Amino acid sequence: MVGGEYYVNLGSQIFIFAVFAASINLLLGYGGLPTLGHAAYLGVAAYLAALCALKLGWGHLAAAPAALVGTTLMAAAFGLIALRATGLGFLMLTLALSQVLWGTALRWVAMTDGDNGLRGLTRPFGMDDAKSFYYFTLAVTVFSLWMMARFVTSSFGAALAGTRDQARRMSALGHNVWMVRWITFIYAGFWGGVSGLLFVYYHKYIHPVSLSLANSAEGLLAVIAGGSGTLAGPLVGAAIVMLLKNYVSAYVERWNMLLGFVFVVIVVFMPDGVVPGVKRLWRRYISRA
Amino acid sequence: MATEALALDGIDALYGDSHVLHSVTFSLQEGHVLALLGRNGAGKTTCMNAIIGFLPARKGEIRVFGERVGRLSPEAIARKGVGLVPQGRRVFPTLTVKENLIVAARGKNQLDHVFELFPRLKERTEQHAGSLSGGEQQMLAIGRALMGNPRVLLMDEPSEGLAPLIVAEVGRTIARLKAEGQSIVLVEQNVKLAFDLADEVAILNTGRVAFAGPASAARDNESLITQHLGVF
Repeated sequence: MVGGEYYVNLGSQIFIFAVFAASINLLLGYGGLPTLGHAAYLGVAAYLAALCALKLGWGHLAAAPAALVGTTLMAAAFGLIALRATGLGFLMLTLALSQVLWGTALRWVAMTDGDNGLRGLTRPFGMDDAKSFYYFTLAVTVFSLWMMARFVTSSFGAALAGTRDQARRMSALGHNVWMVRWITFIYAGFWGGVSGLLFVYYHKYIHPVSLSLANSAEGLLAVIAGGSGTLAGPLVGAAIVMLLKNYVSAYVERWNMLLGFVFVVIVVFMPDGVVPGVKRLWRRYISRA
Repeated sequence: MATEALALDGIDALYGDSHVLHSVTFSLQEGHVLALLGRNGAGKTTCMNAIIGFLPARKGEIRVFGERVGRLSPEAIARKGVGLVPQGRRVFPTLTVKENLIVAARGKNQLDHVFELFPRLKERTEQHAGSLSGGEQQMLAIGRALMGNPRVLLMDEPSEGLAPLIVAEVGRTIARLKAEGQSIVLVEQNVKLAFDLADEVAILNTGRVAFAGPASAARDNESLITQHLGVF
């Protein structure tokens, strides 16, 4: 039963990370905007929920919406700054903004307890056993991925893909390209916040490392490895990263090295990511058979 | 008296320091086709870019149905009713045919009109635009511009790189749009196609208007054509 619980928890972690990766995919895959600071939304939602509970004594039903509203507003403000650029400039701005938050979480000891992190948190609805939390996470993940899929398959999603492919053309068609990107940025920030809530519920603990560059980069890697701009890619990518993280770290201390190696292999053999790559192999297999 | 749909009045435009349009002036009447002709590098596409707002004019005035649009952003100019069929088609390759059209929709729904003009697009609604043939992409680019209910339609070399049969089809489409009352600026290298369709002609040479007037006057002026357009 103890072994079973390990796998159930691994499943929960994969789902949480899949929501995080899917929210990055909105920007990277559908908007063509490479973000290297998306951990900001995961981390801030987690910290806000934790602070509401610890400092204000709020229950989950008040803390969770407050954390999401706060995170979404922050995304709106950060979007104003980051979307002054695209491409590499956008990447550096998102990185810089998230690093500010990471540094703040680490140094503002009175509020965040710095490197110790915030402890003594609880899960909503008393879901302390692995299984009930797993089903809760599964339900939230399915809903989140469905909402994000609806977003990108809507006519707004077509406009977003248009700004990625030919931004100038979109403005000639009467679209405010900046506004399309900003709305997407806010939407992606919101779902990043949802993954942050699941994250802090799962661990019942939050540490500045959740806001770090490494966390943003792992999310980005998951999207690219799974297949950016595809609906299933982030889920597959999240599974790859989480399995490596959990399995390999038991045997190898530098598990990041192996993640890097696996990533290089994927990019060399399936440059579009695992989901499009496997689809292509499958089609080739079918046509040969 | 006919209404003026589009007017360029003394337009100067520069790419960095290089002066590419010199006091360009011409106008298009409502329901007419104006052919904008000239050799490669004469400034035809630059004119289009100035009208749609990609390259704001340094001097002069651009009016759409009497309203000055020279200081507006491209999306604001598009909303004033200027539709562009860009050179090289530039459809969104990763979107389906239908998505390419829907994304441009504004005002009255034109989807049925576009599918009636181009039945071939209707057969391929779920196909990715990148996998269409050149002619089909051109039809999609025209259809996409029509989805926005443009009052002035700018077409930048719609016949470029297409097989003669397809060029003829594009020509018939333009003639039909004109018959429906659409005001059109047609940029063309294909002088014959342009003269077949145009009411008025403006000829550019190295960024200056060498001729602006009725198509009939230009068509019969051989020295004008050889001097500014080369052989045809």
